[in-house]
Amino acid sequence: MALTVQIAKRLPEFDLDVSLTAASEPVAILGPSGAGKSMLLRCIAGIERPDRGRISLDERTLFDSERHVHVPARSRHIGMLFQSDSLFPHRTVAQNIAFGLADLTPEERAKRVATWMERTHIQGLEHRHPRELSGGEQQRTALARALATEPCALLLDEPLTALDTHLRSQVESQLQETFTEFRRPVLLVTHNIEEAYRLGEKMMLLARGRVVAFGPKEDIFRHPPTRMAAQLTGCKNFSRAQRVADNEIEAVDWGCRLRVSPNQSAARLPAFVGIRAHHIEFGGVDFDEQGSVSRSANTFPCWPVRVSETPFRVTLYLRLHQPPGDLAPHHLQAEVYKEKWRKFRDRPLPWCIRLAEESLILMPQ
Amino acid sequence: MAVIDGVFLLPLVLPPTVVGFFLLLLFGRNGPLGKLLLRMGTTIVFSWPATVIAAAVVAFPLMYLTARAALEQVEPRLLQAARTLGASEWRVFREVALPLAWPGILAGTILAFARALGEFGATLMIAGNIPGRTATIPIAIYFAVEDNDVSRALFWCAIDAVISLALLAALYYWSHAQEATRVRLARR
Repeated sequence: MALTVQIAKRLPEFDLDVSLTAASEPVAILGPSGAGKSMLLRCIAGIERPDRGRISLDERTLFDSERHVHVPARSRHIGMLFQSDSLFPHRTVAQNIAFGLADLTPEERAKRVATWMERTHIQGLEHRHPRELSGGEQQRTALARALATEPCALLLDEPLTALDTHLRSQVESQLQETFTEFRRPVLLVTHNIEEAYRLGEKMMLLARGRVVAFGPKEDIFRHPPTRMAAQLTGCKNFSRAQRVADNEIEAVDWGCRLRVSPNQSAARLPAFVGIRAHHIEFGGVDFDEQGSVSRSANTFPCWPVRVSETPFRVTLYLRLHQPPGDLAPHHLQAEVYKEKWRKFRDRPLPWCIRLAEESLILMPQ
Repeated sequence: MAVIDGVFLLPLVLPPTVVGFFLLLLFGRNGPLGKLLLRMGTTIVFSWPATVIAAAVVAFPLMYLTARAALEQVEPRLLQAARTLGASEWRVFREVALPLAWPGILAGTILAFARALGEFGATLMIAGNIPGRTATIPIAIYFAVEDNDVSRALFWCAIDAVISLALLAALYYWSHAQEATRVRLARR
């Protein structure tokens, strides 16, 4: 059970050029809006036709530009879940789910519909029309409809984006449950980092039609291979970097030198250094400012430029080394829980921060 | 596509008498279709089928335009979803596109019917005015007035009004019934 894709397609803004393979573990495709994520899924589903390349699923070739193979969507046996409003409005829930089961006998069809309604937890809604359903129920119905045909692969195009927050987490656990049972290739497109991480096993980062990174999600988050990959995984702080010693780099944009562990693979010739906003440590809370010299490495004085609050967390925009002037931009943005912030917000300026060696991300490009 | 569109929409922009004249040329004894029909032992011109042809040709663009607009309004995602569920193009059309475009297609039918009911110029050109055979209601009214026969003209006007009103009433109740079903469903 494997899906192999290697396609190119010219788009108005850029060229889509992607290769990927997916076996039984779900792949989350993460990227900004307009990165070509949806187009990729539509090419695999057979809704759009790539210019070049090959797509194969198990032993079947679905698309091959050289051999002029282009299997139409209806014969691909690939289930697709759209962002929203893909249910047939003139059919009831049961009729929607039964749509793809035209070649079964009526008894078998009814049985299959009932099974999938139960598995997606929408029992009792069979006679409702889509407009009488909540967004969550609609997506469950669409999921049941796609899975009832027993597809060989499942593609999901931002399936949670159109839902309210509380519905989103419900449908998300539904998807997790589904993926565990499905055991066939699943591709999930999203622009939400946390959703991608929770739902995917493997992760693919896509930007302007190109694969920026592809691999197990833990690896990609721990060691994003490029600055673009780090950005797509939510890293907010970057500086150009130059090596000055075996275990020391100069962070040009932050105006400081940083100790790095010499065994980091990208450490040989780092072009950029980055640190995630929640990895920045604050003196007096995360570490003792009067520590030994070795432990106070990578600590710098800083001043807050701006503070932005959410209900539980605070984003601090910080300037290093000297108090910010009127128009001085921030160097770093740090994210802390409010409980922690309350502990140091009233301390005298400058605050002391540490960019811990093990939290630094070094990127060759 | 543009050429087909142009041919289909021509009767809408041309004056009915011009359309009628073209039809006469086409179906007349020396016209290409007329010759073909003659060989099959029949003529269309100045017979009742000619009135049908004239009404159909003149009314067709209205039907075509509204039906096409209605079909284009159908959310492409629904058609794509149907295809990924294994439906053939014919099934996609019959079970998804057509039901969803139905109100628009119906509206087009009514427009076309109303236009056909009032068709005068083209009909007169190709079918003439043979009482009891090719005289349509508007032509009958015109020639009744011409003959100063006001009561006959009024009679045909009344018939015309009754047909139109009956159609409107049927439509009103039909759309009302639909609305009521929708509300009932929504309340459940």
